[in-house]
Amino acid sequence: MSETLSNVFDAGAARRRCLTYRRRILDISQQVGALHIAPAFSCTEIVDVVYNGLMRWDGEDTPDVILMSKGHGCMIQYVILEEKGILLREDLDLYCKPGGRLGAHPDYGVPGISASTGSLGHGMGLATGMAYGERLQDRDGQIYLVLSDGECQEGSTWEGAMMAGNLALENLIAFVDLNDFSGLERMSEGHPAFHPVIDKFLSFGWEGVEVNGHSADEIHEAVMNREGGKPLVVVSKTVKGKGVSYMEHVPIWHYRAPSPEEYKQACDELVEISA
Amino acid sequence: MRNKFADVFYDLGKDDPKLCIVVADISPAGSIAKFRTDFPDRFVNTGVAEQIMIGMCAGLAQRGMRPFAYTIATFTLYRPFEFVRDDLCYQNLPVTIVGIGGGVTYSTLGGTHHAQEDIAIATALPNMSVIAPCDPSEAETVTRWCATQTRGPVYLRLGKAGEPDLTLDAAEPWEFGKLRYLTKGDDVCILSYGPIMKKAFEVAERYRAAGQSVSLISAASVKPFDDEGAVAGLKRHKKMVVIEETAPVGSLGLKIKALAYEAGATCDVSSFCLQDEFMHHYGNHDELLAAHGLETGAIATALGLD
Ligand SMILES: Cc1ncc(C[n+]2csc(CCOP(=O)(O)OP(=O)(O)O)c2C)c(N)n1
Repeated sequence: MSETLSNVFDAGAARRRCLTYRRRILDISQQVGALHIAPAFSCTEIVDVVYNGLMRWDGEDTPDVILMSKGHGCMIQYVILEEKGILLREDLDLYCKPGGRLGAHPDYGVPGISASTGSLGHGMGLATGMAYGERLQDRDGQIYLVLSDGECQEGSTWEGAMMAGNLALENLIAFVDLNDFSGLERMSEGHPAFHPVIDKFLSFGWEGVEVNGHSADEIHEAVMNREGGKPLVVVSKTVKGKGVSYMEHVPIWHYRAPSPEEYKQACDELVEISA
Repeated sequence: MRNKFADVFYDLGKDDPKLCIVVADISPAGSIAKFRTDFPDRFVNTGVAEQIMIGMCAGLAQRGMRPFAYTIATFTLYRPFEFVRDDLCYQNLPVTIVGIGGGVTYSTLGGTHHAQEDIAIATALPNMSVIAPCDPSEAETVTRWCATQTRGPVYLRLGKAGEPDLTLDAAEPWEFGKLRYLTKGDDVCILSYGPIMKKAFEVAERYRAAGQSVSLISAASVKPFDDEGAVAGLKRHKKMVVIEETAPVGSLGLKIKALAYEAGATCDVSSFCLQDEFMHHYGNHDELLAAHGLETGAIATALGLD
C-alpha cells in the first residue's frame, strides 16, 4: 500500500482516464434512460483525482473514504469502481434494471459505496462524523467529500461545516463542484447571495482554495499544498456537462439521456478535452 | 397528473393575486413554468432548501397569502418535517404542500426518493388534511379545492405524469372528507387512492369476469377519512378489498379493518400495500410495485380469482 501521498501526478494519464470514463457513461446512457450525465461530467476530474491521486489503495482496500454527497453524480463513481474491479461489468449492465444492484443514486452496502445519498445535504454531516470517528480511534483515514453547489443551499450542509470547523477536522477534505447550476437555474442569477461560497467556509474555520475543477493536476496540487490543521475545502469551478458541447450549461441534460444521434456526436467530441 | 395540477394552478393563480407557489429547486412542469414567466413575484425558488420552503409558506400564509409548496414528495414532507408540523400544522395554516411522486413512483432513484411512508406520516399530524387523487381529472377537482379552502394545511399527494383518466364517468363527484363511488355494485367493494387505482380497475375486471358485481371507491380524501361511508360500504358488500401504494403502518387497509371490527361488520376485508421494507430494487414503476407484491396477477391470485 502506498502509505504516503505522492506529489507526482500524471496529468496526461488523468486526462485520458477522464475521457474513457465519460465515454463509458455515455455508453450506459444508451441502455437505460435514467441517468444524470451532466452532473457526472461536471465532477469527473474531481472524482478521478480522489480515486486515482489521493486515496491510498491496497488492492481493493483503502483506509480512506470517498463520499458522494451529490449522490445523483454517482455514475462517475460506478465507472471508476468498475475499472478498479470493485464493481463488475454485469453490475453496470443491470444499472437501474430489475435484478441489478445499482440505482440512479448510490446505495450503502454496494461495494465501494460509503453512504446512501440522493437526498442532497446529507454528506457534510456524515463526513464530519466519519472524520471524527477516525480521530477517536487514532486512525488516519482521510474523508473525501464531493458536494454539489446546489446542496450548499441546504442549511444542513452549513450545520455540518460549522461542526467540522469546531472540531478542526483536518482529515476532512471537501470538494465543491461549483458549476453554478442547481436543478432549475443558474445560481448566480437566481441566488446571487450564494457567491462567493469559499468565504462562507473560511468563516467557519476551514482552509479553502479555489481551482479549475476540470484540471486534475490543479485539484491534486491544491490538496498537496494545503497548510493543514483544519478541514479543507477545494472550491472547484466546473462546467455542468463538461466535454459535450450541447450539454454544457444546458439544464435539461441534468437528467436526460442522449438519442442515438446525440450519442454519436458526443462520442465524436470526446476524443480531446481541455481543462 | 402533475401537468393537470399545473394547468389548474395557473388558471386560478391568474385571477387570484394571493395564490403563490414556493418550490425548492424543482423544474416547474408545464403551466407552472408559464406561471413563473407571467407572475415572477408569486413564484419563489428557495434553491435546494426545503426547510425554508415550508417556513416561507407559513410566513406568507400568516400575512394573508395562499401559498403552495411544491417538490418531490420526500422533500416536501420528510426533509422539512418539523417545519411542516410546527409551522403549518400546529399553527393550522391553510398551506398546500404538493408532493410529486408519492409511493415508489421514482422507481429508479432508490430509497431516498421513495415516499413509501408518506400517508402514515402526513395523516399522523393533527390538523393536516391528506388528499391523494387517482387521475388527472380528480387532480383537477382537488387542486381547485386546495386553492380556495381555509381549513388548514393539506398534503396533496400527486403521481408524476402520464396517468390515464379513470374517473371521467364516475358515479359520484369528489367531495372533501367523503368516499367517492366511481362505480356502484353489490358484491365486492374495491377501495383505492392515488395512481395505483389503475390496478384496482384491473382487479375489478377480474371480479366482473368471475360474475361478481363490483363497487370501486376512490378514497382520495385520505384524511379526514369518511368513517361513516366506509362502515356503510362494509355493510353493503360481502367483500372489501383495499389496494394502496403505501407502507402497512398507518395504511387505510388497517383503518378499514379496525372500522369493520368496531362496527361488527361481517364483511371480509383483504388489503394490499407496500412492504414494511426498504427494497433495494430498480426498474420501472410497475416493476417496483411488483417487487412489493403489488401486481394485478398476484393480487388476483391472493383473492382466489384465478
Ligand atoms: C434534499 C433534496 N432536494 C431536492 C432534490 C432533487 N434534486 C436532485 S439534483 C438537484 C439539484 C442539482 O443541482 P446541484 O445539486 O448543484 O448538482 P449538480 O449541478 O452538480 O448536478 C435537485 C434539486 C434532492 N435530490 N434532494
